[in-house]
Amino acid sequence: MITTDICIIGAGPVGLFAVFEAGLLKMRCHLIDALPQVGGQLSEIYPQKPIYDIPGYPEVKAQELVDNLMQQIAPFKPTFSLGERVEVLEQQEDKSYLVQTNEGTQVRCQVVVIAGGLGCFEPRKPEIVGLEQFEGKGVGYMVKNPELLRDRRVVLAGGGDSALDWTIFLASVAKEVTLIHRSDSFRGAPDSAEKVFELAQEGKINLILNSNIRAIHGNGHLQEVIVEGKDKVQSSLKADHLVALFGLTPKLGPIANWNLAIDKSAIKVNTEDYSTNVERIYAIGDINTYPGKLKLILCGFHEAALMCQSAFKYVYPSQKLSFKYTTVNGAPGF
Amino acid sequence: MIQFIVEDRDGTRRPVEIPEGMGLNLMEVLKASEYNILATCGGMALCATCHVHILEGEDKLPPVSDAELDILDTLPSAHANSRLACQLRVEETIEGAVFQIAGEEN
Repeated sequence: MITTDICIIGAGPVGLFAVFEAGLLKMRCHLIDALPQVGGQLSEIYPQKPIYDIPGYPEVKAQELVDNLMQQIAPFKPTFSLGERVEVLEQQEDKSYLVQTNEGTQVRCQVVVIAGGLGCFEPRKPEIVGLEQFEGKGVGYMVKNPELLRDRRVVLAGGGDSALDWTIFLASVAKEVTLIHRSDSFRGAPDSAEKVFELAQEGKINLILNSNIRAIHGNGHLQEVIVEGKDKVQSSLKADHLVALFGLTPKLGPIANWNLAIDKSAIKVNTEDYSTNVERIYAIGDINTYPGKLKLILCGFHEAALMCQSAFKYVYPSQKLSFKYTTVNGAPGF
Repeated sequence: MIQFIVEDRDGTRRPVEIPEGMGLNLMEVLKASEYNILATCGGMALCATCHVHILEGEDKLPPVSDAELDILDTLPSAHANSRLACQLRVEETIEGAVFQIAGEEN
């Protein structure tokens, strides 16, 4: 069990900056994020895009901003659980919270801060009849352990980098690899696309272009994939595994089950301190909503600062909070 | 005024009218018209949540850019008439077109 003062759900720019503001008030933070790396949307969706509206930076690349934030919060020694999704928030008798993830990690904290952005990034699922009934029974949306595919018949679907990369990798691992793509050209890295075409010519993989998966069949486990070409002709493929690689899409996820006031996939907050309708739970950044809300990183930073001033009373109930400037006090770490 | 038709997920069609020269893209107009669209990335052609099908008027639209195609390719539900609303400027090229909202719900 991890014990901390504030558990921050979401390690995007706003969640990261909250660590700094909390640190100035001597509050320790643990961050949990469903993605395997910090930075949220910035690292996952647009790491190389320039941002122009961060005060003090005429222009900064998204990933550079994340790297700088990590440097800025380092003195406050935040801890992280990455690649894990928070499933349950449970208030204890002493009013503290127990936060539990899908991987079984438990965090005991006085305050929960939801900085979840647009929610959890989850794999985009194709519309295939019967898909969900075979999830975990041959159907997956990522390759976690390629060894599990050794000597199996694997069908991959998609046209991006991950579909190409896994096709190339699995060509020498799996018994049979088939890549299905809806058009006849790939938008992934040209080198990878060329390699995939080469492997197909050498007969090391099956490449089915201009086609979509229409249905899947099996008996408790995936056995067959039905593919339909642009000409509407269907064909059957024997398969042990289907990996659909169509990128990630954000979903609100378990946040919807925490008794929070929600309006259009966003958590309603009080703008005095960005508290939610549940005591000790705050929501900052893109995940919250209030009259006049703007989904800007700089607004999220402001929200993080005010949230910490309010959260202090739960972490140090017997202390009086005195506001100090970093120009006077510096930012002494832990 | 520029006028076009929007078909919502439940099949209802409604005309939308926008003054010319507003400098908006279709995603922004759809959001402002209270259509339920996520538009996660805010118009950078990165998330594909503003996916629309062009039911009529496809021939008049400007061609798809590489960045837009990159993302459309990641969409399992993309068809030949798929576009990202955020990449379509609201100008005379979309006059009379019929757009069907196809992206995920908010």
